Amino acid sequence: MIAFLASVGAAFLAFLAAAGRLAMFAGEALGAGLTPPYYPRLILRQIVYVGYFSLPVVGLTALFTGMVLALQSYTGFARFNAESAVATVVVLSVTRELGPVIAGLMVAGRVGAAMAAEIGTMRVTDQIDALTTLSTDPLRYLVLPRLLAGLVTMPALVLVADIIGVFGGFLVGTYKLNFNPVTYLTQTEQYLETMDVVSGLVKAAVFGFIVALMGCYHGYHSRGGAEGVGQATTHAVVSASILILLTNYFLTQAFFAQ
Amino acid sequence: MSTGSVPKISVRGLEKSFGRKRVLDGVEFDVAAGESLVIIGGSGTGKSVTIKCILGLMRPDAGSIRIDGEETVGLGRAARARLMRKFGMLFQDSALFDSLSVWENVAFGLIQGRGMPRQQAREIALQKLAAVGLGPEVALLSPAELSGGMQKRVALARAIAAEPEILFFDEPTTGLDPIMADVINRLIVDLVQGLGATAVSITHDMVSTRKIADKIAMLHKGRIVWQGPTAEIDRTDNAFVDQFVNGRAEGPIEMEVRAA
Repeated sequence: MIAFLASVGAAFLAFLAAAGRLAMFAGEALGAGLTPPYYPRLILRQIVYVGYFSLPVVGLTALFTGMVLALQSYTGFARFNAESAVATVVVLSVTRELGPVIAGLMVAGRVGAAMAAEIGTMRVTDQIDALTTLSTDPLRYLVLPRLLAGLVTMPALVLVADIIGVFGGFLVGTYKLNFNPVTYLTQTEQYLETMDVVSGLVKAAVFGFIVALMGCYHGYHSRGGAEGVGQATTHAVVSASILILLTNYFLTQAFFAQ
Repeated sequence: MSTGSVPKISVRGLEKSFGRKRVLDGVEFDVAAGESLVIIGGSGTGKSVTIKCILGLMRPDAGSIRIDGEETVGLGRAARARLMRKFGMLFQDSALFDSLSVWENVAFGLIQGRGMPRQQAREIALQKLAAVGLGPEVALLSPAELSGGMQKRVALARAIAAEPEILFFDEPTTGLDPIMADVINRLIVDLVQGLGATAVSITHDMVSTRKIADKIAMLHKGRIVWQGPTAEIDRTDNAFVDQFVNGRAEGPIEMEVRAA
């Protein structure tokens, strides 16, 4: 019994230590942004990479999510003659939950993995140490631009995903389920509140930060050559995905729980 | 106090462990201004950890590292950044930034570290490339397009670009053919003398050591077991040095199978 409690305690302490290291890493990287030099070109490059180049994968996912959502909700609501709620369900689901969560997960797979691999390779080939010896703070030069890009770009990406997702529902609703287009759009707009969209965008900012932080953190601390970089990449994607789902619950509760 | 009496680098009681493995166990040495010290020793004896501690890339568990008489262990971020301007480093595998062109690699410390305009930094980068025997035609190439020897030269040009006071060389000839190794050794000697810099190198290549060292220190199991002028290395009766220099399997040095 004592051995069991000791192992639980050790695991809990290890978790707290890891959380502390992560918080210190994020704090040091963000703190580095308070003083010059600043690297606007690097931030812009990361914004383009995180946002623009993720558009196809996020857009496609959002489109099919909206389409499936319309089909599924129609099937369910038809059982108690509530088909007219389909448009409202689609728009609320996409803006509040599926837009930010699915975009977050897709960006974790695409961008978080790439960040971990790139920074991890720089770590195991001494390029990060080389930055330091060239009077350049690696946290300021490598990590901060990625964190800021994740933070500011994801809301824009999710806004586009929201529009595409709702459009996917509209396509299925009007072409397959025979909704009147004007009626569908009216119902989409009728019950949509500003908070529905804003909460999704806030979630997106948090998820973008999480994806970038996990990618940078695991890459920065990778070791042991190619295998270490591979592990860092896996850890970045898995931990970002879990944290996205976890924080999504708490953010939803904070926004909407009565 | 006269600066002539103060060593450029003074290391005292340096200790560093990784878990239960003690890698540095009281390393002590001095390097005078303008002197070239080469630290020799087998793999896993703590050579790389020693210069990483001096550079501030690793924090030692105990001990003192003084640069120009100033204690550097425990320096804050800003003071460390100022100190870094004195240093130049050639990494074992060159550590060139593969996302940048050759000239951008060489000019990196000038542009990002010192805020120099790109055009001015580019001109200096081309001069430094010429100093290591590379023409302007390589300036726009990616590091991946260069041979190992050329990458080493570019890394050397990057290390000297800001004309540092102290240069560190980590296994400068590892992985190079004997002729290219000799080219790199000559460049190191010429560049260090030309800059009037102090140099600390780590290597297990005795040919390289004899070429570039004014003074040699031998590291074994985290301790300096011998140090002296280069000319003394063949006359000493130190059993560790004798075994290492002559490359014998038998002797007081037992090779460890696992890395630190």
